[in-house]
Amino acid sequence: MTVDYRFHLAVGSRFENIELVQVVLKDCLQRIGMDDDAQHWVDLAVREALANAIKHGNLQHPDKQVQVDLAVEGDDLVIRVEDEGVGFDPSLVEDPLEEVNILRTNGRGIFYMRKFMDDITYSSGPGGGTMVTLRKRFAGPKTEPSD
Amino acid sequence: MDVNKRQVGDVTILDLKGKITIGVGDVQLRNAVSEVMNGGATKVLINMAGVSTIDSSGIGELVSAYTTATNRGAKLKLINLPAKVSDILTITQLITVFDVYDSESEGVLAFG
Repeated sequence: MTVDYRFHLAVGSRFENIELVQVVLKDCLQRIGMDDDAQHWVDLAVREALANAIKHGNLQHPDKQVQVDLAVEGDDLVIRVEDEGVGFDPSLVEDPLEEVNILRTNGRGIFYMRKFMDDITYSSGPGGGTMVTLRKRFAGPKTEPSD
Repeated sequence: MDVNKRQVGDVTILDLKGKITIGVGDVQLRNAVSEVMNGGATKVLINMAGVSTIDSSGIGELVSAYTTATNRGAKLKLINLPAKVSDILTITQLITVFDVYDSESEGVLAFG
């Protein structure tokens, strides 16, 4: 039996919707056999991506959605988070490890994503918003889903 | 997130339980710290034992709590960090900013 490890969600720009995505994400990560430790860090990286899309991309606008797409591509778990904002230049984000930034109360989200995932890339979505692609290498999905 | 406030002598302890994440737990943490600071607390321990998840917003609120306490002449320390919370503080070099203790008794004694 072929098992399709993928989902696509479109959620409104409310922070509480992050929990909705995390429920679906957790189920998927368990089914593909990712260990608990790796699941925790992937969960956090996706939280940061969603928070940025909601807060900075869509400005919490009730009519704007965040698209979340998860798929297994070879040995990679690939998660794409796209907002309906005006785009974003990640090179403008300051390094939270610089001494002047250590005690800032914000500015760590992208840093965490880069730490917890094996690769992240930014691109423009079809509508001009920001799409962040998160990749995590893992051992590959189970051949059979776990119960 | 649940916040339980209690006293051990002149030390105020905030027991946190749940997620400290954007939009929910972060605001609760901010409000709890603000309340104890406005109440005149000068020695505050944040018990992290029950924290399951903390995101960058939650970390930001911890940092805010620390600087608020410092600016008021109070002291704020962390106790009982779960391993993954400790990891997050370590990778952003905040583990050296906060005073962190492995038990409540050590944390209380550390205030002198």
